[in-house]
Amino acid sequence: MKDANPNVTKELNEHTKYYRSLTINMVLIIVLVSIMPLILASVTIGYFFDISYKEKVADHVVTLVKKHQQSIDSFLKQRVANIRSLARIFSFDQLNNDAFLKERLLVLQEEYGSIFVDIGLVNQNGIQIAYAGPYSLKNADYSKSEWFKQSIDTDVYVSDVFHGLRGVPHFIIAVRREREDGTRWILRATVDFESFNSLVENIRIGKTGFAFILNRRGEFQTQPRFEISKTKAPYIEFMAGEKIRPDQIGFVEQSLGSGEDTLHVMAPLKGGNWLLAFQQNSSDAYKVLEYARLLTLGIFWLGGLGIIVVAILLSKRMVRHIARADLEKEMMNEQVIEAGKLASLGELAAGIAHEINNPVAIMAEEAGWIEDLLTEEDFKDSENLDEFRRALSQIRTQGKRCKEITHKLLSFARKTDPTVKNVQLNEMIEDVIALSEQRAKYANVKLFSELDNELPTVDVSPSEVQQVLLNLVNNAVDALEPQGGKVTLSSKVENNFIVIDVADDGPGIPKANLSRIFDPFFTTKPVGKGTGLGLSICYGIIKKMGGEISVSSAVSLGTTFHIRIPVPEKAATESSG
Amino acid sequence: MVNEFKVLLVDDEEDFVHTLVKRLRKRKLEVGAVLSGKEAIRAVSESPPDVVVLDVKMPDMDGIETLKQIKTLKPSIEVIMLTGHANVEVAIRGMELGAFDYLMKPIEIDELLYKLQDAFKKKWCNPDDQECAIPNSLKTK
Repeated sequence: MKDANPNVTKELNEHTKYYRSLTINMVLIIVLVSIMPLILASVTIGYFFDISYKEKVADHVVTLVKKHQQSIDSFLKQRVANIRSLARIFSFDQLNNDAFLKERLLVLQEEYGSIFVDIGLVNQNGIQIAYAGPYSLKNADYSKSEWFKQSIDTDVYVSDVFHGLRGVPHFIIAVRREREDGTRWILRATVDFESFNSLVENIRIGKTGFAFILNRRGEFQTQPRFEISKTKAPYIEFMAGEKIRPDQIGFVEQSLGSGEDTLHVMAPLKGGNWLLAFQQNSSDAYKVLEYARLLTLGIFWLGGLGIIVVAILLSKRMVRHIARADLEKEMMNEQVIEAGKLASLGELAAGIAHEINNPVAIMAEEAGWIEDLLTEEDFKDSENLDEFRRALSQIRTQGKRCKEITHKLLSFARKTDPTVKNVQLNEMIEDVIALSEQRAKYANVKLFSELDNELPTVDVSPSEVQQVLLNLVNNAVDALEPQGGKVTLSSKVENNFIVIDVADDGPGIPKANLSRIFDPFFTTKPVGKGTGLGLSICYGIIKKMGGEISVSSAVSLGTTFHIRIPVPEKAATESSG
Repeated sequence: MVNEFKVLLVDDEEDFVHTLVKRLRKRKLEVGAVLSGKEAIRAVSESPPDVVVLDVKMPDMDGIETLKQIKTLKPSIEVIMLTGHANVEVAIRGMELGAFDYLMKPIEIDELLYKLQDAFKKKWCNPDDQECAIPNSLKTK
């Protein structure tokens, strides 16, 4: 057994290695097959969701800006219309009157709120000759003002926002008229920066989305709510375009490299002089997208983790099953016994034993005859008498030895009583356990029984069955010596057969030996310890009963002998009834 | 006291039988020998012996068959079966059929003599008579 151990260990190691690589392969395949579609689906859906969501956001912002562009433009137009109508309806003389202007301003303020801060009449020299408003700007000289220079040459002029004389941001709507004598005059009104500012100030989306108005030079026309992004480049670029159509909307997504991407939406105002700009951090605009991404990623990781855990657990379990199935298969394979060969070998053994017996008998007889003759007077004085006697007794001894050998070869048959009786096999198993207990105790082996109480009785030779069971138990105990272990005898009914198993958890039988185990004279015991006939006799006995005996064994796991004894029809129905 | 005690050996092994006959005759036992079952039946019907030592394995007519016929012809004849080990079952069957005992080849001459003594006692001695004398020819040395 010691020689076999390294081989067994090696074999076991190879098995473990094989099953480990099998487990790893299974885990990899399951994970790959499960996660790949997950990745593909996530990426595809993510990509399209990304595109469509960005489109949606852009659409939304553009629409918003467009709407406000229109409303701001119409606001400006209306304000211009207000002043223009004043300048048209009333003459220079009528307007050249502080009280009248004040009255007009009040009407406008009543109508539109505090949009118009003041109103003034400026002659062609740039002197404000009449004024109504909170500041004392009567006779103020605007001849150097930018807006005056511009408006004196055009019918209607809307200025950029500036601080002017009053030192407060505002812008001016100026309408130029001409008197009959050809002298030009200007009716100007100041639009309150705050109220104008509120037009764009309320355009807000998310946390960082806000709007503002720029002029051509990129100067703020409204107070931006936040610091605008570091660069005004997209706006200036947009404004620098050749000719901007009023319905043209610019949409730029600008990456500043610092990770803070910004969306810019631009729409021309005031015939292209001003620019309504909307700006929002991309991260804010695409917040839902970001959220969805995080969620997807979270689901992906959790799912992936789940898949991996399940794959590992599942694979391990399956490989365990496979290992068990392999073991069972191996055991099954090894059960195949060449019955024909066995029977003939058994007969041959018996035949040889018998045939040798006769010549030995004759030899012994002749020796005996010579011994008889030596007692006669003629030989009494022979000097070699003692030597003759010694030789003859030697022949007799060796004859006896031959007898013992043939005897042993056939002894199993001699001992048994073939008388058939109706027996309960459970009782026989208990008897055998009781008989073997003492020997088992010395071998440090524990005997167990697992008996089916419903076992029907069968008509067999009890002494033969006992011989078979004793033989198997003895073999099992031998196999377990000296390290000890357990032997279990179990009985059960299976398809009209009583099945008795004798199982040990010993070192098992190597594959090479397993197929020869029932062969006569096959033994692994040392010379003189076993005849190699035990199992072949068992085989013969069980065959004679119409039953079967088989063995399953796995190295280092144990060996089980299965005996199947047919149940007669009558007994079978009795037990079931 | 019966001095006549006739034994018939039946075995197809000529050499075996002859030597055995010589040895038994040397012991002054009245021994006859035949080599087959048929000859045995003839011998039994012509001059019935007291004991038949019968080999169970013979060609033509085997020991069991011979035994049956002997027992039918002369039930008082005791039969000792002689077997190789393989035929123990046959010997046991023979005993069921009325054989007195069985012996296994190769036989020790003393063993045979003991069995013959037993057969003699069974046939001629009263069970209660412990002192029942057996013929000298049957005594072992």
